Formats: sequence, C-alpha cells, structure tokens
Amino acid sequence: MKVEVRVYPKAGVLDPQGKAIASALSRLGHRAVRDVRAGKVFFIEVDGSDPRAVEADARKMAEELLANTVIEGFDVRVTG
Amino acid sequence: MKFGIVVFPGSNCDADCYHVATDLLGCEADYIWHQETDLKGADAVILPGGFAYGDYLRAGALARFSPVMESVAAFAREGGAVLGICNGFQVLLEAGLLPGAMQINRGLRYVCADVHMRVENDGTPFTALYPKGSVVTMPVGHMEGNYTAPPEVLDALEREGRVVFRYCDRDGKVVDSANPNGAARGIAGICNAQGNVVGLMPHPDRCSEGILGNAAGIKMFESAVSALATR
Repeated sequence: MKVEVRVYPKAGVLDPQGKAIASALSRLGHRAVRDVRAGKVFFIEVDGSDPRAVEADARKMAEELLANTVIEGFDVRVTG
Repeated sequence: MKFGIVVFPGSNCDADCYHVATDLLGCEADYIWHQETDLKGADAVILPGGFAYGDYLRAGALARFSPVMESVAAFAREGGAVLGICNGFQVLLEAGLLPGAMQINRGLRYVCADVHMRVENDGTPFTALYPKGSVVTMPVGHMEGNYTAPPEVLDALEREGRVVFRYCDRDGKVVDSANPNGAARGIAGICNAQGNVVGLMPHPDRCSEGILGNAAGIKMFESAVSALATR
C-alpha cells in the first residue's frame, strides 16, 4: 500500500526557509502571498492491506524518525 | 585518562579531537566506530563534528540509531562525561540526551566565523577551567546551529544553570548582533540535568594550540582531564 507522511514546522516555530521563500515569491510579483511554511513529504510503500494498520505504522515512523516532534508536526494519509 | 572518540560515517573532526587528546595532552585515546558498542574503557566520550550520515533527513537524525549510541546513552546515564561538538551536539539533541532541536541558521547560510561566548556554567567536566562569566573565542562552522526548544524547556535550562555557553560580544554582552545563527536566548552550548553531558556548536578542537592562532579550546579538554583524574 501507499502512504504519505507530511512533515512541517509546528505553528509558532520560526521557519527561516519558509520566510525566505515567501519573500522571494513576493519579489517575483506574487504580492498576495502572506505566509509560507516549508516542509517535506515522504512517499512510502509498505506491505499490508489494512489501511488503518498502515496508517498507525506510518504514524510510528513519523514519531520515531521522520519528524523531530520538538519543532515539527506531521500528518499521515493512506493513498492507495 | 582516556578519551573515546566516536566516528560516524561522515565525521570529519575525529582526527582533530584525537590529536588534541594524544599529542597535546598526552592522554590515551581510541576511535570508536559507530557500529561498535564497546566504549573501550573511555573516561570521557567525544562526539566530534562533521556530517554524520551526510546530515540526511536532519543533522544527527540518523546517527542516533547507530549501535554505539546505546552505549553512549548508558555511559551518560551512569554519569560518564560526554561532549558533543557541533554535529556531535546535533546528534545528542536528536538522541534525546540533551533537550531541544536545531533549525537552519536564521540567515539560511552556512556560518564560518570566530564567535565570542560567555561562560555561564563552570561546573561541568568540560568547563571547570574557564572562569564563570569570562569570554572565550572559538570558531563555528555550521548550517544548522539555530538552537530552539519550547519556552518552558528554555526557562528550565536557565533556571537550572544548564546554559553552558552563550554567544556574546567581545565584552561579554549578550546582544543579537553577536548571535551567528539565531539561537534562542543566544544559546551556544547546554548540559543535561546532571551536568555530565555537554553539547556546543563552536569547535574547541579547532582552536587548541598556538599554531592555529587560538588555543582557547584546549581548556575544555584539560577540564575533563582534571575533573576526571580527581574522581
């Protein structure tokens, strides 16, 4: 099965990368941009057929390794 | 007195630390490959600078799963002296041996510069020979040195005297312009609650003899020798 894990800076945590991208977008003329936060997406393929078990497993992966939960939040989506 | 110097794939300051321990201090030292679990009778363990595992995912994130880290954690729990320098500090954070996390520098650039730090805690095995409140100059070289932690953790670090070094100007004033990376409250180095595990971003190993133009870092290693020899 396929599962996606999105990892991103927690709300309230300073995100220098997102800030730099926001100002670059603004310089390029995208004046409507108010804020950008930059994160990562992991596309993971796993053996299994129970979406709930796959989701639970992916959550564990995020907590153990993919995200640093001091500064990052994450969400998990089984995609097929 | 024996130093154990952990070598991850991608460590690049291990030989500098070995040189300081053996050639400059006349101590014993052994490299400990990250796949090993035997700390070889080390009295102090150093996690050196570099780019362990290429800093993939996050700096220090993969290194913490190396077999050696379980031994380092057990050694630390028993009160063993552990020093993480730069990437070694990042590994200690990811491993949970020290609290908090590193973010990319606020300027989004790698910073390579001499920085001044005020000694805030002279009670650790690695800072005993620096007078508290004195200003020490050391080089930094890093991309992710922007230390952060939840406000309550920062408050606890301050309250418990666990901020070991703070970026400052040459007169010892903690001002934002002297902060090379945006680290919260100017934090350059911290220790654990027992004080035996210390991490800092600047490199004492790169300023430990006169020929390098600065020998301020040698006292960190000498502190360990005098602290551990009298145990």
